[in-house]
Amino acid sequence: MSDLIALAGDVVAHYNQWITVFLMVSGLYIVIARGNMVKKLVGLSLFQTSVYLLYISAGKILSGTAPIIDPHFTVYSHPLPHVLILTAIVVGIATMAVGLALVVRINEAYGTIEEDEIFKRDDDR
Amino acid sequence: MRVRNLFAVVVLSGIYSFLMASVLLVLDAVDVALTEASVGAGVGTVLLLGTLYLTKTEEARPVHSILLPLFVAVGTAAVLIWGVSATPPFGIADTPVQLAGPDYIHRSLAETGIANVVSSVLASYRGFDTLGETTVIFTAGIAVLMLLKHAIPPGPDRKD
Amino acid sequence: MRLDVILRVVTKVILPFMLVFAIYVQFHGDYGPGGGFQAGVIAGATIILYALIYGLAPARRLVPAALVEAMIPLGVLIYAGVGVVGWLTGGNYLDYSHLAHDPVHGQEWGVFLVEAGVFVTVSATMVAIFYAFAGRGRR
Repeated sequence: MSDLIALAGDVVAHYNQWITVFLMVSGLYIVIARGNMVKKLVGLSLFQTSVYLLYISAGKILSGTAPIIDPHFTVYSHPLPHVLILTAIVVGIATMAVGLALVVRINEAYGTIEEDEIFKRDDDR
Repeated sequence: MRVRNLFAVVVLSGIYSFLMASVLLVLDAVDVALTEASVGAGVGTVLLLGTLYLTKTEEARPVHSILLPLFVAVGTAAVLIWGVSATPPFGIADTPVQLAGPDYIHRSLAETGIANVVSSVLASYRGFDTLGETTVIFTAGIAVLMLLKHAIPPGPDRKD
Repeated sequence: MRLDVILRVVTKVILPFMLVFAIYVQFHGDYGPGGGFQAGVIAGATIILYALIYGLAPARRLVPAALVEAMIPLGVLIYAGVGVVGWLTGGNYLDYSHLAHDPVHGQEWGVFLVEAGVFVTVSATMVAIFYAFAGRGRR
């Protein structure tokens, strides 16, 4: 019984990982399951956002503050994940911009942005 | 529950970015929250709406069954949960992750005179990464200009 | 009376504050949250808001496409140039210690110039991408 309580405590203590995994798998499902290209890109950005949560929640200290040096505070959260995720956010928006430009060109070439119709049109050619 | 109107999808993604920025703020990542709010909810929504203007705004009816993607998603979730189960619990200070943090925090004000440790690490201690990131933004701008610069789009049977 | 009077008047009032906020975020990146990327995106969003409310042609007159396309590589050049100056003053690439009379001031100058380069590239890229999407036109 106390084993079960310890396991439940462990599960609750890792709640940030559970949320991250849920968001990551939702994003992955959208990318695989939906045929519309704009929806796939939105799912990809959802996936990327879950990765940001993973890194930043790993660097958080529960009684600390933001890593800006101030005489009133002594405990700061870890600054290195913030730097990595800042780069990751900007690279993510750059890839999304290029992806959306490609979607616009695909729409002009095939007349549709649904994956199934594009494959059918390619098979018919 | 499926949302087939893509305009609603774009608005929901903007709301999601704002909520994510609030969560990041609560997790003490103030620079990251500012970036996520301005980039995700600002420019991301504008670009998605621009794409919707140039393409369609309704999603077509689904053709394939959802069983295989659902199975892949649940399998991936199980593997990920097994993988992260050995990590330390949330918010504890004496974990291996927190080893290099106090080093930068102590050195930043003395060596660079900058109080925001994230800025000093981004621009000075890890300056090469930021140079690479700026090059990535430059490349993305050039790529979008190459794809979409001219105003009159060609017809579907011309080779471009 | 046009239907979008409220939007036009509020935009006219709020645009200068947005630009000042972008410059504030850029220069106060050392003392609070901020820095080149956030400031660049906010400055780009200012021009994008102007283009959304007043039309693409007035925005193109205000910020010409040629200027924006020239600014995109200029920021990367400024950043790489600071690195080369680090070479020329006797250190490694991107070594800021010799840019001023003592290492701490050198670091501050280096960070200032580098963030300025990032600001130029990011704001120009956001505006250029928006011009490309908005100027494409449907067939």
